[in-house]
Parts: sequence; C-alpha cells; structure tokens
Amino acid sequence: MPEFIAILLTLFAWVLMLIGCVFIVAGGVGLVRFPDLYTRLHAAGVTDTGGTIFMVLAMILISLSQYQNPWIAGKLLLILFFTLFTTPTASHALAKTALLSGLVPKDEHGKPIIDSPELAQKMALSRAPKDGSVNLTPGASDNADNNKSDGNS
Amino acid sequence: MFVAAALALLATMILTIARALLGPTLYDRLLAVNSFGTKTVLFIAVFGFLTGRPEFLDIALVYSLINFIGTVAVLKFYEYDDLGSGAYQEDDF
Repeated sequence: MPEFIAILLTLFAWVLMLIGCVFIVAGGVGLVRFPDLYTRLHAAGVTDTGGTIFMVLAMILISLSQYQNPWIAGKLLLILFFTLFTTPTASHALAKTALLSGLVPKDEHGKPIIDSPELAQKMALSRAPKDGSVNLTPGASDNADNNKSDGNS
Repeated sequence: MFVAAALALLATMILTIARALLGPTLYDRLLAVNSFGTKTVLFIAVFGFLTGRPEFLDIALVYSLINFIGTVAVLKFYEYDDLGSGAYQEDDF
C-alpha cells in the first residue's frame, strides 16, 4: 500500500475515533445528568450506537492500514453488526418492561404524560392499529382495546 | 490516539457505574449495566489495538453477545419472575 494512502487512512481514523469519543462521553454525562429513566434511555441508547459505529469504523481503518490480516477487520465488522442489532433491542425491551411495570414518563415540568400507571401498562401491552394511526394522548384508553388483558403475568 | 480513546471510555465507564449505584429504579441500574457492557466491548477492542495485539477482538465479540443475553434475561426475570415463561401476546410471533 502506498505511503500516502496509509497516512490518509490514519488521519481519517483519528477523526472518526474523536467523533466516537465525543459520542461516548456525551452518553455517559447524559446517563448521569438526565432526570428520568426514559431520557436516560435516549442518552445511553443513541450515543452507545453512534459511538460504537464511529469507534469500530476507526479501528477498521487502522487495522487495514497497519495490519495485513483481513480477519481483524472482519471481526470488527462482526462486533459492529452484533452491537447494531443488540443495543436497540435491549433499549426497546428495557423501555417496554419499565412501562409495563407502571413507570410513567414525565414531561419537562415533572407532570406525568399518562394518567395512571395502569394506563401505562395497558399502552405497553396494546398493539398499534393496523392502519398505522397511533393515539398516545392521555385518556385515550380505548386505544388499548385490542390488547390481551388476561396475560400470564 | 488509542490512549485517548481508552481514557474517554474509562471516564464514561466510571459515570455509568455512578448511575448504576445511584439509579433510583431497577431499570436505571439495568440500563447502566447494559451501557457499561457496551463500553467494555469497545474498551477491550481499543486495548487490543493499544497493546498491538488485536487478538483481543475475539473476547470483545463474545462479550458483546453475552452482554445482550444477560440484559434480556434479567429483564425477562423481573417481568415474569420466571425465565421460562412464554410470550404475553400470542400474535407477537
């Protein structure tokens, strides 16, 4: 590989790694400073995914420019692939379980945006309507008609 | 470069542990633990490059999968008190 291409790859990897570090640290700060679970979920979930993408891409570029072993880039791609599947899935499962346990999201004034924990559980169990219209306003409990209320919980 | 990345990851891991210790609800702690696991995967990979031995990537790969399985298993256990319970909505699958 010509010399200048290797230098260019390394510079680009530097920039990507820096962006990844900013994402990761911002996620950590948000995880500590945000007020409730759902906002923290946003901070952790979004920045974990973004930071992982940038950092792994930077490491792929470094491995291509420094090591002659293509398996390293392959393993890094596998890590990226699995992380991109598992992090959003874990965030979704966490949010759904929290809503199902009756933890109600609040707006910026600390006022609950859902009337009661029971309604939150109903909304967590309800299916989105077939026509795609989802009504998540307080008091719209008829939205939860098509849920299966006799679950095994 | 890898030293800076490793330091950023370590600082974030400390913040994540702080949330796991502070977290008022169980779900805050779980979120912190899951996030900590993701950062551990990245840290293992970065550390491998830092020491010039990228063979550490195998460990990172295994750790990312185990992290996801652990989070989902704990969530399921707290939701149903039973790891072997079935789906709560039959038309989900």
